[in-house]
Amino acid sequence: MSDETPKPGGDPAAPAAGEAAGPSHREQDAPATAGERQAAPDIADLLGGEPGGPLTAVADPPADQSGPSAYRVQEQSIDFSAQLRQVATRDDAELLTINMGPHHPATHGVLRLLTTLEGEVVRDVKPIVGYLHTGIEKTAEDKAYWKAIPVIERMDYLAYYFNAMAYVGAVEDLLEVEVPKRAQYLRVIHLELNRIMSHLVWLGTTMLDLGAISIFWYAFRERETILDLFEYSSGQRMHTRYFQIGGVAEDIPAGWEQSLRRFLVEMPKRIDQYDAMLKRNEIVLRRLRHVGVLSAEQLQAWGVTGPLLRAAGVPWDLRKAMPSSSYEDFDFQIPVGTEGDNYDRYLVRVAEMRQSLRIIEQAIDGLPEGPWITEDRKVALPPRHELATSMEALIHHFKLVTEGMRVPAGEAYHAIEGPRGELGCFVRSDGSSKPARVHVRDPSFVNLQAFGDMARGEYIADMIATLACLDPLLGGIDR
Amino acid sequence: MSLTPAPIAEVGFYEPWWMQIVKTLVIFGIGFSLVPLALLYERKLLGRFQNRPGPNRVGPFGTLQPMADIFKLVTKEQFKPRGSIGWLFILSPLLAMVAALATFALVPFSGRPQDIFGTPVGLYGLDSSIGLLIFFAFSSIGAYGVLLGGWSSGSKYSFLGAMRGAAQLISYEVSQGLALLGIVMTAGTLSLSGIVEHQSGMWFILPQVVGAFIFFVATLAEINRTPFDLLEADSELVAGYMTEYGGGRFALYYVAEYVHLVMAGAMFATLFLGGWQLPFGIDPPGWIDPIVVLAKTALIVTLIVWIRASLPKVRYDQLMSFGWKVLLPLATLNALVTAVILVVTDK
Repeated sequence: MSDETPKPGGDPAAPAAGEAAGPSHREQDAPATAGERQAAPDIADLLGGEPGGPLTAVADPPADQSGPSAYRVQEQSIDFSAQLRQVATRDDAELLTINMGPHHPATHGVLRLLTTLEGEVVRDVKPIVGYLHTGIEKTAEDKAYWKAIPVIERMDYLAYYFNAMAYVGAVEDLLEVEVPKRAQYLRVIHLELNRIMSHLVWLGTTMLDLGAISIFWYAFRERETILDLFEYSSGQRMHTRYFQIGGVAEDIPAGWEQSLRRFLVEMPKRIDQYDAMLKRNEIVLRRLRHVGVLSAEQLQAWGVTGPLLRAAGVPWDLRKAMPSSSYEDFDFQIPVGTEGDNYDRYLVRVAEMRQSLRIIEQAIDGLPEGPWITEDRKVALPPRHELATSMEALIHHFKLVTEGMRVPAGEAYHAIEGPRGELGCFVRSDGSSKPARVHVRDPSFVNLQAFGDMARGEYIADMIATLACLDPLLGGIDR
Repeated sequence: MSLTPAPIAEVGFYEPWWMQIVKTLVIFGIGFSLVPLALLYERKLLGRFQNRPGPNRVGPFGTLQPMADIFKLVTKEQFKPRGSIGWLFILSPLLAMVAALATFALVPFSGRPQDIFGTPVGLYGLDSSIGLLIFFAFSSIGAYGVLLGGWSSGSKYSFLGAMRGAAQLISYEVSQGLALLGIVMTAGTLSLSGIVEHQSGMWFILPQVVGAFIFFVATLAEINRTPFDLLEADSELVAGYMTEYGGGRFALYYVAEYVHLVMAGAMFATLFLGGWQLPFGIDPPGWIDPIVVLAKTALIVTLIVWIRASLPKVRYDQLMSFGWKVLLPLATLNALVTAVILVVTDK
C-alpha cells in the first residue's frame, strides 16, 4: 500500500499527508492554538505514516481480503523500508533500519522509533505512537462533567493536576463560575508542586539515559516528598482528583503548611546538589551541548511549546502570556536558553524548578482566607453538615450526584502552561450534563513532531538523549 | 645456535604435580567465590551511594542475594534466537568467562612460598617470566567472547554492541599495554611477582603516576565499566552484545563481568600498589600477604563502583577519540620519558 504512496516531507512547508486523505485528527476536532496553527502537516506521519499507524483507521481495506487478517494488513502498511525521506548519504553507505520500541528501556513509555542508521549516525527516525491509546477523550463524553475529572487526570500521568486544571478551567469558562481566591492559590501551589515533581522525574530519567544512575534516586527522593504532600492534602499520591469545578475538593489539612515549608527550605539545597553533580560535569557537557539543536523558528513552525521553546530563547510562557488562576499575582521569571540545545533544555528545566519554588512560597505566604470552593450550589456539592438541616442542600446534593450539573451550550478552550508546554482542553457543551466533546491539546504530542528534525544527523546515543530532553509522555500523547 | 630450542618462557613451578592440580582447583574456586562477593559488594555500595539500603531480603543482610540471582538465572530456560549461529552463540559466553577466570591464575598473592602439607607452595597459579603478556593475551581472547556473542546472536542491537566492542576493546588495549611499558622497563621483568618484588622500596604508583592513571582509565574501558560501558549501553542498545542472552548463558557473561572487575582491582594492586607489600617497612607474617592483596583489590573495586555511581557515560565517538587522541599519545610519552630517565640515571 505505502509502496505507491510517496512519503510526505519532514519540511512543514511541504504538502502534508493529511491533505490527500482529508483533514488529520487534530484539524478535524480541535481548534488550532497559537503555537500549532502552522504546524498541522505531518500528523499522519507522526502516527506512523498514512494510513499505517495503529491509531489511524484503515480507510479502505484492500479488496482482496482472502489473505492475511485486517490487523496484519494494517501492520504491514507501515513502511519498513530503509529508503526513507531525506536520507542523503553516500551511494556505497550501508543503512541499517532498527526498530526501537515499543518496549525499549529508553523510549520513556511505549513509543516506537523506526530508526535508520548509517553506522552510529541516525539518518532518519520515525516516531510511531498509539500503543497506549486509552480513549480517554471519548470516555469523558460519557461521564457527567464532574465525573470526567478522574479520567482526564490519567492522560499525562506526571501532570495530573495540570490535566485537571485545563479541563476544569474550560468547564468553568462555560459555566462562568467564580472561583474563590483561596482555591486559586491552592491550585497554584499544587500545580507548581506538580511541575517540580514532573521535572524531577524528567531529570532522573534523562540522566539515567545518559548513564548517570544515582541522580535518578536522588530525584525520586524529592519526588517522594512531593507525593507525600499530595497524599496529605488529597488522600492520593497520583491522580488526586483534588481540583473540582469551582474550586478544590478540600481545604489543606492542619500541618500541611508546615510540611510544605520544610520542603521549600529543603528543595533549593537539593537542586544545588544536582547542579554540583551535573551542571559542570565534563561528560554531561560533552553529551548535551550542541546536541539536538533546533532553531526557535523551526520549533514554532512545529508548534512546540514549553521548556523546549524557551530553551531556544523564546520567553513564551502561558503563566505570563495568558495568566489564569491568579498567576498574575506572583513575581517570577521565565528562564530562557540561548542556543536551544539539550544542555539549554536541562538548564531551563532546573531553573524552572527554582522559579516554581518561588511561586509556591509567595502563594503560601499570601494564601487568603475564605472558601475553597464556589458557593454556587448548582456546581459544587453542599457541605456535609448542611445535608442534615437543609432540604435545599439535600436536593442539590441529589441532583449533582445523580445527574451532574448542566452546562450552558457552547465551546471553551482553556490553555495552561504544563510542565511540557501548552496544555489546552477544549470542551463543547450541548446544554446537557455531559460534555458533547472533550479534546486535549497535549504538549508531548505536538512536541514529538519536532523530534525527527532534532535527531536526524545525530549519533544514536544523542538521539536517545534528545528524546529524553524532549520529555515526551506517552500517556499524554496517546490519551 | 643450539639444537634444542630455548623455552619461550620460564615457568617457576617447584611444587609436585598433585599440588599444582590442587592449586588450579583452589584458584578456580576462589575466583568463582569472589564473583558473588563482588556482586554483593557492588550492589550494597551502589545502594548506599544512592540513598537506599541495597539488597537486604535474602539471607542475613542480603548476603545470599547473589546466590539467589545466579540460581534464578541458571534454572531458567535456555533459548536461542532463530537467526543465531548456534554453536558460536553457546561458545561465546563460555569463552568470555574462561578467559576472565584464567587471568586470575596470574595474580601473585605472596612472594614467599608457604608451607602447606609439608610442601612449599607459591601463592599464585602461575609465575611465568612473561606474566604480563599472558594477561594481555587472555584479555584479548575475552574480547572474542563479546564479539562473537554479539555477532552470532543475529540481532541488530547485539550486532551494534559487538561492533562497538570490537573497536573499544582493541583501541584501549593499546593504551593499556603502553601504559605498563614504564613499569616493565623499570622492573626489568614481565613476571608479575618480579614486578611486585621490585616495588619493595617504593610502589610504582608514585614514579609511574601517569602510567597508573592511563592504565586505570584504559582498564575501565577494557572491563566495560562506567563511564565507558558502551558495549552494553542499556539506554540505547538495550543490553548491547548480550541482548539476546538469557538464563545460564547470560549468567556466564555476568560472571565474566565481575571476574573482570575483581581482576582489574587485583592487577592494579599488583602493578602499582605493591601487591602484597606493606609500606613503612612493615613485615607481617606470610599468611597476611593474601589479605593485603585482597584489601588493595577491594580498594580499587570501591573506586570503580564509586565512579559508576557518579558519572554518566561518554558517547561512542568521544570514547574513540579519547582513546586514540589523548590516552595513546600520553602513554607513549610516558614510556618515552621513563626510558630517557632510566638511561640517564643508568639503573
